[in-house]
Amino acid sequence: MLDIKKIREDFPILKREVNGKPLVYLDNAATSQTPQQVIDTIVDYYQNYNANIHRGVHTLSQEATDKYEQARLKIQKHFNAAKSYEIIFTSGTTHSINLVANGFSSLIKKGDEILVSAMEHHSNIVPWQMLSERTGAILKVIPMNQEGELRMDVYNELLSDKTKLVFCNHISNALGTINPIKEIIDRAHSVGAAVLIDGAQATPHLVPDVQALDVDFYTCSAHKICGPTGVGMLYGKEEWLNKLPPYQGGGEMIAEVTFEKTTYADLPHKFEAGTPNICGGIAFGAALDYMNAIGFDEIAKYEHELLEYATQELEKIDGLKIYGTAKDKTSVISFNIEHIHPYDMGSILDKLGIAVRTGHHCAQPIMDFYKIPGTVRASFAFYNTREEVDVLVTGVLKAKSMLL
Amino acid sequence: MDIKEIQEEIIDEFSMFDDWMQRYEYMIELGKSLPLIKEEYKTEDNIIKGCQSKVWVHAELEGNKLVFTADSDAIITKGIIAILIRAFSNQKPQDILDADTQFIDEIGLKEHLSPTRANGLVSMIKQLKLYAVAYQTQIEE
Repeated sequence: MLDIKKIREDFPILKREVNGKPLVYLDNAATSQTPQQVIDTIVDYYQNYNANIHRGVHTLSQEATDKYEQARLKIQKHFNAAKSYEIIFTSGTTHSINLVANGFSSLIKKGDEILVSAMEHHSNIVPWQMLSERTGAILKVIPMNQEGELRMDVYNELLSDKTKLVFCNHISNALGTINPIKEIIDRAHSVGAAVLIDGAQATPHLVPDVQALDVDFYTCSAHKICGPTGVGMLYGKEEWLNKLPPYQGGGEMIAEVTFEKTTYADLPHKFEAGTPNICGGIAFGAALDYMNAIGFDEIAKYEHELLEYATQELEKIDGLKIYGTAKDKTSVISFNIEHIHPYDMGSILDKLGIAVRTGHHCAQPIMDFYKIPGTVRASFAFYNTREEVDVLVTGVLKAKSMLL
Repeated sequence: MDIKEIQEEIIDEFSMFDDWMQRYEYMIELGKSLPLIKEEYKTEDNIIKGCQSKVWVHAELEGNKLVFTADSDAIITKGIIAILIRAFSNQKPQDILDADTQFIDEIGLKEHLSPTRANGLVSMIKQLKLYAVAYQTQIEE
């Protein structure tokens, strides 16, 4: 059993008030809050060993380099990557996806096919559209059903020897659906296609084992896992990372430079041009330590209870419809109330101190599918409570009485 | 009443409220009483860009005065437009152009709106003034 009261003590922000009301933070799918342990790590870095890494001979630089590389090892261990250099530090999921999409420009040719799921975040749609435009490859969409589950039967039909890449999120940010990625990966591999899984929404709730999944690329952002913004990672199988050309040129990513020719550094530095987010990388490691100390099994179990309770209570509200009712889902509830614009609902909830997300959640194709302008999305983390669910339900009822 | 007087009346009304919940309730009421745009004018051309919710505004001359009608799919947004229309509709285009929008700050509207809504508010005012420019030119010709 998680001691939620004690856990909440770790998050200073949860003590604050918004609009004169205690903050009820239910926008965890957008970004998670930061525990004191991670904040301390950030402060410690700037107070004690701030330096540029990998090139200084002096002590501070050595210390910073060690901590940064230790963080890489923590990430490697967490995701069970075979090699530490298969972990590339990036600025986050969007950067990771662009790195891969850009790299594939030279490996994809006209007429090749790229499959992308219907429930992607814009960040996992636009880079592939840009790749298709550059290469003449064809982008095809794996559709979903009304519950917000991927149509695996159609996926099977779409796969062919023309398929070169498959992109899919592990968990949908707008609907909370957990996709059957192992099946998606295995079937893609059976036709020789590579697979990138966007793990931005999955990594706060579960621990993916990249070797067991046999996934080619996996991405995530630290700020959704109690870490800071502006840092994330790309896992790539060594053979794929060696095939991809560098993404950005600059310092750190080179072996030798003359004006005639530059040879590139080995992995992972080939993809890490310039001074990285050193403090962010180290804090990313600290965030994983924090989450692992609590335990992902416990977190998933508790969040599932919260999801079930919130679903049950919200469904009691007349006229409320939940979007995304997959059998397998995480603690995300997207909903609307008949005749109420999600933006109005969100504005009133904010006045009551309740933070939710409204709009299309950077997933316009999903909103088009349901023919709605957007939804109100409440997303729960392990530090949320049943009492906060009650505040949300009361808030929704209050807003409903005002708006109708 | 001229624009200035209407604006002062709105400031007076808003000063009666103690908290933002009441102000929201009032805006929602105003939204419900907004002079609705005719369905035929709810076109892509009449949509104001920069709002998270959809906003349509239509303007036409009645005599020498400009009359605005509008609609939105979100009710608080409708309330905001209702306030603007009350201040600017049924006025001469030149007066609309000359009017300042200080009253928006005085009723504290902008600071209590989310940034996307505040941007939308700026777009709405800009659009009303653009209509005034267009019709003023038409009158002068």
